[in-house]
Amino acid sequence: MARNKRSIPEINAGSMADIAFLLLIFFLVTTTMDVDKGLMVKLPAWSEEPPPDNNEIREKNIFVVLVNSNNQLLVEEEYMELPDLRAATKLFIDNNGDGSCEDCRGARDPKSSENPLKAIISLQNDRGTNYDMFVKVRNELLGAYTELRNELAERKFGRAYDLLNEEAQATISEVYPQFISEAEPVSVGG
Amino acid sequence: MAQIRKKKSKETPPVSTASLPDIVFMLLFFFMVTTTMREVTLLVRVKKPKATEIQKLDRKDLTTYIYLGAPRNTELYGSEPRIQLDDQLGSVGDVQSFVILKREEINEAERPKFTVSIKADIDVKMGLISDLKQELRKAQALKISYSTNPAGSPEELFKTY
Repeated sequence: MARNKRSIPEINAGSMADIAFLLLIFFLVTTTMDVDKGLMVKLPAWSEEPPPDNNEIREKNIFVVLVNSNNQLLVEEEYMELPDLRAATKLFIDNNGDGSCEDCRGARDPKSSENPLKAIISLQNDRGTNYDMFVKVRNELLGAYTELRNELAERKFGRAYDLLNEEAQATISEVYPQFISEAEPVSVGG
Repeated sequence: MAQIRKKKSKETPPVSTASLPDIVFMLLFFFMVTTTMREVTLLVRVKKPKATEIQKLDRKDLTTYIYLGAPRNTELYGSEPRIQLDDQLGSVGDVQSFVILKREEINEAERPKFTVSIKADIDVKMGLISDLKQELRKAQALKISYSTNPAGSPEELFKTY
């Protein structure tokens, strides 16, 4: 009889909240929710042999962007400031010299690129170029493609490129595929 | 009637705190799930450049990070920019085997999605980065990402140059 009366005392759960708070604060402090973001780039596969002298690519289809070790830009043998690069790149890609690109609205300058499928952007830098400058130039070149794609998406589908479904995105990137080549660095000097 | 009204106390009842632990636990679980501990201690100083045309790298398990920058401990390692692979400073020659080892760890079906994220300081010269790129090409790690911070507006990028 006496034993039955002795009941197990209840565990005091009052401090449960404190313990949970402690853990919560620990995880709050140690947590880092940084999502890594960056410019996605695809490198060409390695080959021991030097690239063949490709005469098929015509001079006018290559848009040469040179960055020297003083972080200055030389675009198509002309000095250029960074803010003008995006517009110049867009003009080059969208030029549509041979008229085969129906969706382009370029100036059809015979001295510039034939069509976006043939237009190649060649980015060359010196070994002394700052990484910061390189990323900015790279960013402008990518930006030119993004703007062209967005403009075409607006015309065709009435929406920005990012908001389209995959199929629609594919039709647009077929018109403006990205051809940006990062050449091996040379010492072009200052 | 007046008497009945008087019996009701006008004080507001205390808010029940019984559900407080539940709320806290919910928050706790949220942070426990989303948390990622910093895996490496940075031996080099990295101030990432800014850009606007950025893409998110969503699969962390398929990404390998390579850090480039001037060493923090200049007395020990000098002030020339170096490459950090995992927890130690390496040279360009170590990159190839490092990347291949990292790729081996990934499930075979997902290896084509293997990405190398280059976290380089803004003051690093392109010579070092180009050497790194050549090594990555030799290691067949062709998907790379230049890690950047988002810039508010394109104009922000033109300030320094």
